[in-house]
Amino acid sequence: MRKMGIGIAALASATLLLAGCSGSSTPESTESGDAIDASGVTLTIWTDANRKPAIEAAAKTFEEETGGKIELVQKNFEDIRNDFINQVPTGNGPDITVGAHDFLGSFVEAGVIDTVDLGDAADQLEQVAIDAFTYDGQVYGFPYALESIALIQNTDLVGEDAPATWDDMIAKGVASGAERPFVINTALETGDAYTMYGFQTSFGAPVFVQDASGSYTSEVGMGGDAGNAFAAWLGANGQTGTGYISTTVDYDINNELFASGKAAYTVQGPWAIEALTAQGVNIKVNPIPSAGGETAAPFVGVQGFYVSSQSKNALVAQQFLTHYLATDEAQQALYDADPRLPAWKPVAEKVAADPVVAGFLASSAAGVPQPSIPEMGSVWDLWNAAQVQIIKGADPASTWTKMVSDVQAAIG
Amino acid sequence: MSSPHDTTGTTTEATPPTPAARRAALPEPHGRRWNGLGWGFLVKLAIMAVINAFGLLGIVAAYRAESWVILAVAVLLLVAADIVYFTKRALPLKYLLPGLAFLLIFQVFIFAYTAYIAFTNYGAGHVGTQEQAVQAALIQGERLVEDSERYPLSVIERGGEYGLAINDDGDIRAGSAEQPLEVVGETSDSGAPAEVPGWTVLSVNQILSLQSEITALRVPVSDDPNDGSLRTRDGSTGTIYVSTMAWDEQAQTITDSTTGTVYHATDAGTFTSEDGESLPAGWMVHVGFDNFQRLFTDSSLVEPLALVTVWTFAWAFLSVAVPFAIGLVLAIIFNDERLRGRKVLRTLFILPYAFPAFMSALLWRGMFNSEFGVINDVFFGGANIDWLGDPWLARFAVLFVNVWLTFPYFFLVCTGAIQALPADALEAAEIDGAGRFRQLRSIILPLVLVATAPLLISSFAFSFNNFTIIYMFNSGGPAIPGAPYTLGYTDILISAIWDISGINGGKADYGLASALSIMVFIVVAVISTIAFRQTKKLEEYQ
Repeated sequence: MRKMGIGIAALASATLLLAGCSGSSTPESTESGDAIDASGVTLTIWTDANRKPAIEAAAKTFEEETGGKIELVQKNFEDIRNDFINQVPTGNGPDITVGAHDFLGSFVEAGVIDTVDLGDAADQLEQVAIDAFTYDGQVYGFPYALESIALIQNTDLVGEDAPATWDDMIAKGVASGAERPFVINTALETGDAYTMYGFQTSFGAPVFVQDASGSYTSEVGMGGDAGNAFAAWLGANGQTGTGYISTTVDYDINNELFASGKAAYTVQGPWAIEALTAQGVNIKVNPIPSAGGETAAPFVGVQGFYVSSQSKNALVAQQFLTHYLATDEAQQALYDADPRLPAWKPVAEKVAADPVVAGFLASSAAGVPQPSIPEMGSVWDLWNAAQVQIIKGADPASTWTKMVSDVQAAIG
Repeated sequence: MSSPHDTTGTTTEATPPTPAARRAALPEPHGRRWNGLGWGFLVKLAIMAVINAFGLLGIVAAYRAESWVILAVAVLLLVAADIVYFTKRALPLKYLLPGLAFLLIFQVFIFAYTAYIAFTNYGAGHVGTQEQAVQAALIQGERLVEDSERYPLSVIERGGEYGLAINDDGDIRAGSAEQPLEVVGETSDSGAPAEVPGWTVLSVNQILSLQSEITALRVPVSDDPNDGSLRTRDGSTGTIYVSTMAWDEQAQTITDSTTGTVYHATDAGTFTSEDGESLPAGWMVHVGFDNFQRLFTDSSLVEPLALVTVWTFAWAFLSVAVPFAIGLVLAIIFNDERLRGRKVLRTLFILPYAFPAFMSALLWRGMFNSEFGVINDVFFGGANIDWLGDPWLARFAVLFVNVWLTFPYFFLVCTGAIQALPADALEAAEIDGAGRFRQLRSIILPLVLVATAPLLISSFAFSFNNFTIIYMFNSGGPAIPGAPYTLGYTDILISAIWDISGINGGKADYGLASALSIMVFIVVAVISTIAFRQTKKLEEYQ
C-alpha cells in the first residue's frame, strides 16, 4: 500500500547524478571476463511484472553465453520484502531479488542478504545509489534506479515557472481559476507522510537526524519547534483550515483531479505521469516549493538487486549482476521497461534530455535518502495517522508531540 | 456405527438395532463381494498409482528438504491410503479418508503450525535459526580492506584442498585456508594465473560445481590475521577482506575484534553485549506464553485490542441479526401470492449477493467519500458528512455495506424455509382462529429458525472473521490515536491480526499475530458450541 517502496538517495547523490548526466561519456564498463559455462546451474530471480521483460533480456544473454538457466519468478512488488525475509531462511528463497533500498534495514536485521562486490561496475553507478544500498559501511545490493517525487503543474493553467514557495504556488493556483489550486494524496484516512515529506523537511523537521556522513541515526528529528511548525501548517491547510490538504483524496482521486484540469498543482512521482497526462493536460515537473522556509527535500528512493545470503549459486549470482546486468544494454532495457531515473550513468546521460525526467532529476537533487534503518518500520503507521488527525482538525501541537513520543517509545 | 450401505435409506432411526443384528439383516457390502478383476478395479488401480506417485514425490521432496515431520505424515498418509483402498475391510474409511486427509493437511496442520508460531518470537529480526544469525553476523562483519586491489584470480586445487591464486603485478601468489598466500611463481600475463606451480588450476566448470566451497574459502594474506584474507565472489577476481566478527560456538559468543565488544547469545534469540547493544540479526526462539501475556499486559496494546474485541462482537452479531431480519421480512412479503412481479423483484434483490464482495466494498468506499462520494452529494445534499473519518460513522458505514451484501443470502434462505413450511400446520392455525401475527410468532418464526439456526451460527462465525469487507472498505480505519500496528476503530480481530503480522509493510510480529489467532479460534469455537447446543433445544421444541 505504500507507494513508497521507493527509496532514497542523498542530496549529495542527486548533485552527483546531475553531474554524471552532464559529464563526459564513460568507457565501456563491462569487463569481458571469460564467459563461464554455467550449464546445470539454475539461478532464481524474483521480479515484479514491470521489470520482468528487462531482466528477461539480460537473462537470455546470460543463458546463451553460459548455458545456465535463469528462472524468473514474478511477484507483486509489495510482497517481495516479506516473502524474501520469510523464505530465504527456509532455503526456498531466490538467489536474487529486485527490491527497494528501504528494504535494506529489515533484510540486514533478518540476515537474509549477502554483501556484494560491485567491482568495476561501481564506477558507472551514481554514488548516491551505492550509498543507499550501503548499510553500516557494507554494500548489499546492485542499485540501478533512483526515484523521487516532485511538484507537477498544469502548464495550461499556471505556466511553466516553478513557484518559489507554498504561498506563491497557492496564489498562482487560485489565480488560474482552477477548482483547486493544489491537490495531494493522503491515501484517504491512512495518511501519506511519504508524499508530504518535502513540505515537512522545508520546516527543518526530518524524520530521523542524519549524522555527519549522511547516515541516519535512530534519533527522531520530527519533534521540537520545527516539527510543531510543520504540524501547525498542516492543520492550517487541512480540512478545518484552507482545505487544500484533505483526507478525502486518495491516489486515484488525486490523479483524476489533476488529469481533468480541476487542480493546478500536485505532488507525485514518475509512476503517476501516465495517469496525470491521460486526459491531455500539459505538465511541467518542478522541485517541490518550500512551505517552511528551508529547502523542500523529498525522499529519494533507490531500486536495485539483492543477493540471498542462503544462495547456493553465489558465484553465478554475482556474475550475473556484475557482468550481465551491469551493461549499457541491460540498463537501457531496465529503463525502457520501467522508466525510473537510471543510476547507471551512461543511460542517465541519455535519458536526461526528456524534460519530465530532467524535472524529477532536479527534484531528487534536492532530496534526502529515505531511511532504510529497521526502526523506520515502526514509524510509518504512527506518522501517517498523526498527519491524518491533524489534517482533519485535531490540535496540531499536542497530536504531533504525542506522535513523536509514541515513535520514540516504539523504537525503544 | 452407521453403515453407509444402509439400503433402507433411512438415516434417523429411533432405536437403532445392535450392529451385529443389523449387519445380519443387510446384504453383504459390495466391497466384500469382490470377485476378481473388473473395470472398477482397473480404474482404482490407475487412480491409486497416481496417488502413490504424488505421495512418493512428496516423500522424496520432504526427505531432500529434511522436513522430518512432513515426511512422517506423508508416509503415514500414503500407507493409510494404500491399506484402506486395497483391503476389503475398512469400508467406511474408504469414503472418509480423502476428507480426513484434506482436513489434516489444510486445517489441522495449519492450526497446529499457527499454535506453534504463537509460542515463538517469529517476526522482524527473528526469522531464521541461530546458525543463520551467526552467518549473518559474520557476513555483516566482514569488511573490504579499504585499499584492496582487485586481483585476477584462479581457483586451484592440491590433493583435495582448495586454494586461490592471484596475479599480483606479475607475481603469482597462491595459498589455501591453511596456507597463507606466498609467491609461487611469475607470469608475464596480466590475467588470472593459468598455471600455478604445485597446484592444479580448476576450470570454470569445476568451480561452478564447488560454488559454496569457493565462496566460503578465505586465504590468509599472511600469518597475521589482521592483514585480512583473500576471497572471491565470482571465481575470477579476488579482493582482501578483514573479518571483524569472531564466533565462539563453545562460549556462544560473537566478539567484535575492532571494538572488543563481546555479544552473548541470549534466551530471547539475540546476540547482546553487556551494555545492551544487540547485533541486527537474531533468531527464532520459543518464548512460552509471552505472546499471550503481551496481549493482556502490554499497555499500548490492551486498550486498542479491547476496543477491537468489543467491536468484533458487535459487528458479528449485527452482521447476522440485521440482514436476517431484513431478509426474513422481505421473504415473508415476497411469499405473498398477491404481490405482482415477484420473480423479477426476487431476482433484483439477490443481485448484491451475486456481485463480488471485495468489488462492492471498493465501490462503497468511493461512494462514502465525504467530498467526492455519491452518498453525501445525492442523499445529503452535498453535506460534508465524514463517513470514513468518524469512528461511529465509519462503523455504521461498514456495517451498512455488509448488511447490503448479506441480506440477499438470508432472503434466499428464509424464502426457502418459508416455502417448506407445512401447509397443514398453517391451515390448522387459521382454523383455530390464529391471526396473522400469531401465526408468524408461533408457527412461522420457530420453524424458520429451526431451519436457519445452523446457518445463522455459521454466518456469525464467518462475520467474526470477515476480513474482506473490513480490509477492502477502509482497512479498519480511522486509526485509533497512538495505537500500534495501525489498529483502527473498525478493525475486527482478524484484520487486527493482519495488521500485527506486518504483512502489509510494518514491523512483522508473527508470534503475536498467531497468539491472537489462537484466541480468536477459541472464542469462535466456544460461541459456536454454545449456539449449536441452543439450536438443539429449538429442535426439541419442534
